[in-house]
Amino acid sequence: MTDVPAAPPRALQGWSIGWGDVGPFLALGALVLIGFLINPDFLSANNVANVVTRSAFIAIIAIGATFVISSGGLDLSVGSMAAFITGVMILFMNWAVPSFGTAAIPLGMAVALVTGIACGLLNGTIVTMGRIEPFIVTLGTMGIFRALITYMTDGGTVAIDRSLREAYRPVYFGNVLGVPIPILVSLAVALVAAYVLYRTRFGRRCIAVGANEDVARYSGISVTRVRTMAFVIQGACVAIAAICYVPRLGAATPTTGLLWELQVITAVVIGGTALRGGRGRIWGTVIGAVILEFIANLMVLSDFVSEYLVAAVQGVIIIIAMLIQRMSKR
Amino acid sequence: MLRNILLATSVTLSLLAAGPAFAAEKKTIAVSIPAADHGWTAGVVYHANAAAAEINAAFPDIEVVVKTSPSASSQVSAIEDLSATRQLDALVILPHTSEELTTPVAAIKDNGTFITVVDRGLSDPEIQDLYVAGDNIAVGFNTAKFLVENLGGKGNVVVLRGIPTVIDDERIKGFQDGIAGSELKVLDIQYANWNSDEAFKLMQDYLAKYPQIDAVWANDDDMLLGVLEAIKQSGREEIKYALGGNGMKEIIEKVMAGDAVTPVETPYPPSMIKTAIYLTVAHFTGHAPVRGSFKLDAPLITKDNAAEYYFPESPF
Repeated sequence: MTDVPAAPPRALQGWSIGWGDVGPFLALGALVLIGFLINPDFLSANNVANVVTRSAFIAIIAIGATFVISSGGLDLSVGSMAAFITGVMILFMNWAVPSFGTAAIPLGMAVALVTGIACGLLNGTIVTMGRIEPFIVTLGTMGIFRALITYMTDGGTVAIDRSLREAYRPVYFGNVLGVPIPILVSLAVALVAAYVLYRTRFGRRCIAVGANEDVARYSGISVTRVRTMAFVIQGACVAIAAICYVPRLGAATPTTGLLWELQVITAVVIGGTALRGGRGRIWGTVIGAVILEFIANLMVLSDFVSEYLVAAVQGVIIIIAMLIQRMSKR
Repeated sequence: MLRNILLATSVTLSLLAAGPAFAAEKKTIAVSIPAADHGWTAGVVYHANAAAAEINAAFPDIEVVVKTSPSASSQVSAIEDLSATRQLDALVILPHTSEELTTPVAAIKDNGTFITVVDRGLSDPEIQDLYVAGDNIAVGFNTAKFLVENLGGKGNVVVLRGIPTVIDDERIKGFQDGIAGSELKVLDIQYANWNSDEAFKLMQDYLAKYPQIDAVWANDDDMLLGVLEAIKQSGREEIKYALGGNGMKEIIEKVMAGDAVTPVETPYPPSMIKTAIYLTVAHFTGHAPVRGSFKLDAPLITKDNAAEYYFPESPF
């Protein structure tokens, strides 16, 4: 009935990793090997746990971005949105704590989620209803969210109420059977996302819209609804990331989440998702986020890069990772 | 007027007000500063507004106007608009960048405006009548001296630096001068962009890399917040000191409380904008010569003098 390129095989390879998908894993393996040779501490349990936990925010947001990008969109506002949601959540919890005590935390999480979904809906609606390029729309909302967090904090810091600090801390610093909670959260988000993208009608439509909008429309797919939904999923993912982020430093500032959007897009692309849409890789995205964080970690653990050149070396490694990924496809 | 003098809180102020301010017509002092985009600039905005409110209340003949600008180019437009719409008797400016603001400020000076430059100098120091700044070298130097003395002249230190700028370079240079001659060893220096998240990550990496760290210096308090969180998570006990710089109120509170790991602080206070505004006002109201350079010291803030640097109402 539809002329959707390559959708059926994608559905099949959802859970088992096919040859076309091993690229990011190879790149990660190479990186880990090099890292270990440079400094054996690189693979110490503590370091690995720290780095993978740190990558959780970018991974969770990037999972949402996989939907947006594979459906042919782009969201530049995610970093500012994360800061904005963090700010709303902290202010709400501080307001709620006198009457609700520590129950303010789950309430705050709910508020964060609703805020995230609303932000995503805003982006999605303007893009689809307004028929404006997502690049421009989200560039606009990026500025709006960043200004709102600056306004909420008076340019300074809003910190979480002291009485909530200790109660909330375990959400970032705690673990279940030795696995840090943010890692478990990102795995859960990835599992759900992989199911949605690979096994549901919505997921197939996402890919179809990204591959060829006109063909998708002629096949009876509501492009508007699919694209908007992708932005809503993105918003929800940013909110989940914010929920894990708040307990780490317990504060929001105007520099929270600065430039996260670039890390997110990089993680998605390293993971094998096509920036032009039409192909999405959830697990690749997660690995992409871990690779980025490992590169930054390796820069500090190795001694032969001058502090002035760290960014350049990171850029080179990202490009090499992409090349490894590309070549493994042949 | 008498009542205003009584209202004026500081002794200095009342001395200034007793001058020949009476007869003069109303003087306009424009204050142009960066918009609040992080903790320190938020503090600048707070103190500039506080100074304006106090002075406008104390001196009916002086009007202080505060304008914030998010970028260098908008700051240029802002001061051009200010000087186009009224006669400016003085301009107090904390420039976004030295190069871009130099020519526009020179043009305003040509109209006979008194120019006060704060923190970041213009490319041509001839333009300024008064220059007020903190001492970035002393921020690094005094911190280093404290560590040398209190670690017994030896130990392993890791350093987190900010964004590659003159300010950052000066602090690092001061620190290196301060430890010169001692057996204090800097294990590592990396950029964390004056950002608490990046500092948290960098500190985690330092902790993974070095089994023995005696002290940490983050050259800004935003970064120190991330550092402290990373140390807390690691459970490492050997770190005796974790110090910052700038004078953020959360850190001053730690100093006041006698925190063992952060017992001191070095100021690079955003309140210097207030110092600059008051000095400029003195030029008009007090008949007090103020032309020259005024460099605020960066003495160690300890439990004893912390109150002097503590502004609980300020966002920073």
